[in-house]
Amino acid sequence: MSKPSHEDILSTLFSLIAPLNTKGVDLKPDITFAQDLEFDSLTVMDLVAAIEDEFDIILPLNMLPDLETIDQVAAAVSKILEK
Amino acid sequence: MTDLLSKFDPLIEERRLLVDHGINDPFKVTMDQVVSETEAIIDGRETILVGTYNYMGMTFNAEVIEAAKTALETAGTGTTGSRVLNGTYSSHIAVENALRDFYAMDHAIVFSTGYLANLGLCSTLTARGDYIIIDADSHASIYDGCAMGNADIVRFRHNDPADLEKRLRRLPEDAGKLVVLEGVYSMLGDVAPLKELVKVAKAGGAMVLVDEAHAMGFIGENGRGVTEAAGVEDDVDFIIGTFSKSVGTVGGFAVSNHPKFEVLRVVCRPYMFTASLPPSVVASAEKSIRLLKDDADRRAHLWENSRRLHGGLRELGFEIATDEPQSAIIAVLMPDQLTTARMWDALLRRGVYVNMARPPATPIGTFLLRLSLCASHTKAQVDTILERFAAAANDCGFTLGSQQAAE
Repeated sequence: MSKPSHEDILSTLFSLIAPLNTKGVDLKPDITFAQDLEFDSLTVMDLVAAIEDEFDIILPLNMLPDLETIDQVAAAVSKILEK
Repeated sequence: MTDLLSKFDPLIEERRLLVDHGINDPFKVTMDQVVSETEAIIDGRETILVGTYNYMGMTFNAEVIEAAKTALETAGTGTTGSRVLNGTYSSHIAVENALRDFYAMDHAIVFSTGYLANLGLCSTLTARGDYIIIDADSHASIYDGCAMGNADIVRFRHNDPADLEKRLRRLPEDAGKLVVLEGVYSMLGDVAPLKELVKVAKAGGAMVLVDEAHAMGFIGENGRGVTEAAGVEDDVDFIIGTFSKSVGTVGGFAVSNHPKFEVLRVVCRPYMFTASLPPSVVASAEKSIRLLKDDADRRAHLWENSRRLHGGLRELGFEIATDEPQSAIIAVLMPDQLTTARMWDALLRRGVYVNMARPPATPIGTFLLRLSLCASHTKAQVDTILERFAAAANDCGFTLGSQQAAE
């Protein structure tokens, strides 16, 4: 299977975030989880599990503090898939 | 100057709202006088305590008190030092020997609290490049231990062996792995399927740590916890426990058969860089642990209490987190924060002390009233608790059976 592009990953992330986006925020790469989407820690945990299962990867919890925007998560997923 | 405390304004506001509703401030409950392991005077009122984790009722045991008194008089009020400096007395060795006997294991290390035991083992056993795999509903001390260490932290769905297996499969085969489990999860009082989880962990090449804080003393034939009851003692590498629940005092410990276990005493910072427990505390813990070993009758009575309270609350129309009583914790599911606080307050005014819990401490985003039973609760006390639950629901207009009806 060929590695998904950054854009592919972003659009997959948008679809995973959509059901949790209760504020109806317009999803763009620079949207932040804490400020813009106002996700609490439990929602973040659910999203991490969904991302892990979608891409069949492990996204360690200790990486999360550095991942503020959707774009940063996409970059992290891409890097993990390269390994 | 930025006020560093202003980030907590939403919490301050939340608390003010409760107080504005005329509800007792949950953070200011004071036990004016503790009458026994099951009763206290709170706000001038005789209150039945059913939220203390005092599962085996050892806090007022005459032999345990006597042991503490003797130690206090002969060894003084405290050690004023770390275990690795001047803080190891013969009583610290004696309580570690009692733990070795209780668990039938080769090694025991006593920490100053259960929190420190988890902090110490989770942060020290794994290092950079290793993986620590934890249940999503793990206690804060496990999360904090992970945060203090340098391993990559992986979370699996609560009590879900298939999910654990899936996540272990994604990890490099040759990496060091530690799976961290709890016997009883304290928020909902549910028991882990340790047989299945430990099997999956071992197949995935991981070492296994089980925290038995809420199971020691009454689960398993000898009170060693869910690990014993599930028959997986030989496959669990480390067991963590506490003196602040069934043992009835304060302190934490880890036991293991690992031949290199003792090295932790010189690498585990939460063991080395804090004062050791006072001699009176370890003396009472030692006595208590030795008594707990042969306390089968009281174990049986605690289970009777748990079944009676669980069944009684359900009959009244309360919704309980577990279909069957799985431990000595009964968690009542509540609809929202204000109803939970009102009900908690009404119970306190009627002389019943329970714990209130809300997200994110609660796992499934719900509000809870948590009850923990004691082997010293009488059948009559359990019946009184049930009567007062019904009356308190009436006091605050909480319609019983409404949640089930709405589903």
